[in-house]
Amino acid sequence: MNASIRRTAIVASVLFLALLVNVSVVQLWRQSSLSADDRNRRVLDAEFAQNRGAILAGDTQIATTTPIKDRFQYQRSYPQGSLYATVTGWYAYDFGRSGLESKYSTELAGTASSQTLDRLVDMFTGATPVGATIQTTINPKLQQVAAQQLAGKKGAVVALDPKTGAILAMVSTPTYDPNTLATHDLTAARAAWTALNADPTKPLSDRGTREIYPPGSTFKLVTAATALENGMAADTLINTPSQLTLPNSTSVLGNEGSACGNTQQTMDRALQLSCNTAFANLGAQLGAAKIQAQAEKFGFNTTPMTDVNAAKSQFPTKLDAAQTMLSSIGQYDVAASPLQMAMVVSAICNDGVLKTPYLVSEIRSADLKVLYRHGPDDKQALSSGSAQALQQMMVNVVQKGTGTAAQVSGVVVGGKTGTAQTDLTKNPYAWFVSFAKNPDIAIAVFIEDANVARTDIAGGALAGPIAKALIQASR
Amino acid sequence: MSTGEVVVHRSRPAIGLLLLLLAQVVGASGYLLTHLDIDGTLPRAWPYVLAVWFGVGIATHVVVRWKLPYSDPVLLPATFLLLGLGLAMIHRIDLIPEPARSDAQTQSLWAVLGIVAAIAVIFLVKDYRILGRFTYILFLSGLVLLLLPLSPLGIELNGSRIWIRVFGYSFQPAEVAKLVLSLAFAGYLADTKDVLAMAGPKVLGFTLPRARDLGPIAVMWVASMLVLIYQKDLGTSMLFFGLFVAMVFVATGRLSWVVIGGLLFAAGGWFAYQRFAYVGVRVSSWLNPFSNYDQNYQVIQGQFGFAYGGLLGRGWGLGRPGLTPLAKSDFITAAIGEELGVVGLMAVILVYGIIVARGLRTALSCTEPFGKLLAAGLSLVFALQVFAIIGGVTRLLPLTGLTTPFMSQGGSSMVANWLVIAIMLVVSNDARRPAVVHQDEGDVASLSADATQVINLRPSQVPRPEPRTASSPNLPDEHQPPAHAFLDDSDMEATAAFIPAEESSSSTMTHPVTDPDEPTQLFRFDQEEQ
Repeated sequence: MNASIRRTAIVASVLFLALLVNVSVVQLWRQSSLSADDRNRRVLDAEFAQNRGAILAGDTQIATTTPIKDRFQYQRSYPQGSLYATVTGWYAYDFGRSGLESKYSTELAGTASSQTLDRLVDMFTGATPVGATIQTTINPKLQQVAAQQLAGKKGAVVALDPKTGAILAMVSTPTYDPNTLATHDLTAARAAWTALNADPTKPLSDRGTREIYPPGSTFKLVTAATALENGMAADTLINTPSQLTLPNSTSVLGNEGSACGNTQQTMDRALQLSCNTAFANLGAQLGAAKIQAQAEKFGFNTTPMTDVNAAKSQFPTKLDAAQTMLSSIGQYDVAASPLQMAMVVSAICNDGVLKTPYLVSEIRSADLKVLYRHGPDDKQALSSGSAQALQQMMVNVVQKGTGTAAQVSGVVVGGKTGTAQTDLTKNPYAWFVSFAKNPDIAIAVFIEDANVARTDIAGGALAGPIAKALIQASR
Repeated sequence: MSTGEVVVHRSRPAIGLLLLLLAQVVGASGYLLTHLDIDGTLPRAWPYVLAVWFGVGIATHVVVRWKLPYSDPVLLPATFLLLGLGLAMIHRIDLIPEPARSDAQTQSLWAVLGIVAAIAVIFLVKDYRILGRFTYILFLSGLVLLLLPLSPLGIELNGSRIWIRVFGYSFQPAEVAKLVLSLAFAGYLADTKDVLAMAGPKVLGFTLPRARDLGPIAVMWVASMLVLIYQKDLGTSMLFFGLFVAMVFVATGRLSWVVIGGLLFAAGGWFAYQRFAYVGVRVSSWLNPFSNYDQNYQVIQGQFGFAYGGLLGRGWGLGRPGLTPLAKSDFITAAIGEELGVVGLMAVILVYGIIVARGLRTALSCTEPFGKLLAAGLSLVFALQVFAIIGGVTRLLPLTGLTTPFMSQGGSSMVANWLVIAIMLVVSNDARRPAVVHQDEGDVASLSADATQVINLRPSQVPRPEPRTASSPNLPDEHQPPAHAFLDDSDMEATAAFIPAEESSSSTMTHPVTDPDEPTQLFRFDQEEQ
């Protein structure tokens, strides 16, 4: 009997070995996917109870964590309330997170793989792990001015440093106070969440980067850039009838006012006056493919690789003649985020070199070790010659065209106005994109619900002063 | 003149007590650390709690040493280790809700009841072989217990109908059936093993048992299938059928029984899988739990718990075991894995392994077939149970409703497993009792570093066996073999070596070998292996 007992003992050992191996398998192979599962409340709760790192704009803490006596021990707070909501996003127990709180969540929590060593050290020293600090590129002064200027309006401002791509200001209004979602009073947080989602003005949406709108006449910059890149010049004459019947259509395209005349205009003058028929003809002459190629060089039809989860701006494909004409003036299915239009201006201002926009310049661990630093990333969107010609044309828009509202004495300012409309029952969108030299800044101002006449001048009059205020604040 | 050799197990009460105290410290630390981690301070009652805990442990130890001085010294500490961890974990989970529950106190009472029952067995069962005389009564009552949940008393919990409810108390009769059927099988097989081992027809190189001997396995198969189909519990079904097949194999040494049993069970399992939807659900929640989050919430939460615990665990009181349903009972190993980590869970598995190993060792060193079969059967059913429940919780197997011995919350399991330990202790006491008491104690040579002793037998007391051991096949006369020849693992060979050949007398033994064919059987296997 002993031999068979020994054999059953071997079987029993195999059973126990199988248990041990299986437990190791759970640990080694499944742990990471189990911990990453968003239904894993253990991990979510533990993260919520962490001493999350701060988010900085300059030296200003725009998101911070303070100890609190409750089950989570740490409360995330946003000292400036709603001012930086579009930058930081929210960090809520029941409603996830957004913005930088989402994009760099593991770094902020101290659980990123780059922080593994720190965690090990903390484990052995018994220290409470502290998350990394995120340094943003936001200029607090510009952010404040942009927010003040947009107060009471529905719109967005995105300001870039054309030389680096740094996002200097990023404001969307109306906005929300992320503190109301981050509160540990989960009932209050739920009430705030419900109210924000029910609000028809959509305070949770980021109009600066996450929404796309018809860019209207500001898109004429892209058409002009295409023309310059294809051998035309600022003084190239373009047929500018007062009215243009679109090919194979009964639709008639007109110009605003009578300044554009009924003959020809130089491209420079047509941009100053924002003549629709001139740019429609220019687009038809260039062809949809060339405009599309140029738009894509500026970043259309690709998701921007920025640290904000920006939406993809679009320039449509397979256009017929009429659609090409409409697209050349930023109508039809062309749609861009204010960030995208700021990128267009940024590339023009920076002599054709488009710097990829970025929001985070540096991530530092609690012991000030740099975990991440932004590296330059750029591409040539158009030749420097074309860019400089276009700069002059934009300066002329501000000097003697539709953009006079953005003039700043003693500063070289270029700009382009735009009004766009997709739905006649709604107020038009007003745009003003501009740049200033020394120090360089590229600004896109977008007003979603401009309660003014549907003219470029009106749009310029509304959005231009906002750009002007920002340029003055950047001095 | 030649000398005989016999290995005698020392009782070593001091080492047993030391081990017990060490084991109890584990549970006590769990209790203290839980409070330190959760409240930052110890509860006022802590000195009393620890006094009772260690008091019960020491008292149990004293009684066991007194009544069963030669019993296995490792079984009791291993049991108390698991008991302590289980009670501490139940107490830790008690503290999650507001106000805290007191399930750990109830469970402690059950543990004390189990210990009292175990001590009662130790006192009442003077000779465990008496238990082998009621084979058929035990077999019938075991089957009745096993199938009792199918009666109107049965209740369905968590998809399995393996519980009964009497006077408001729920009770898992399979826990007791496990013990009763082990006794019944051991008694039955001790009588019939030679018959069952007889060769029947030979098919594909396999010597099958004779058809007329297949009756009992057929009965067990039907019972297991009833459990599988109507109680909807793969674990219980596997446990009892596996127990029977393993014991038949132990008794007969014939692999054909295992093959027949395996095929029968596989056929039944396949039929159930095809026929009954619940089996498919169990299988899918085992293989792809995440395909249905709500249905497999418990398994998934258990998995999240393991992942959260990681290698070293969150620490007592620092995990979230309360998120896993039934963390105190079925999923207590998930709670252990979460707070004590993979390392802690592996330690628990190994302690269960130690209990099984000590039980099988008792079976090896026992000198008569009923005791051998009983010890082997109880160890194997214990191993299968631990395998089924921990395997189910860790997704090695489909989940079953079996309890985790000594750890999971529940009175029937606690008492039944204490009875199992009691019987193992009783059998081991008999198995390890020195088979020969020499008149002159001075001649007992002690191997100080080991749990065994070598006794030199003078020729006058020795029935002159041929000293046939693997390590010293032909000992020359008058030669003292090296002391290490019978260390530890080889003690079984030593015992076998002592057992006299058939023609020899065994009159000098206080505990006569009742299995005269044992040595020949052993050598038969030796020949097979060569």
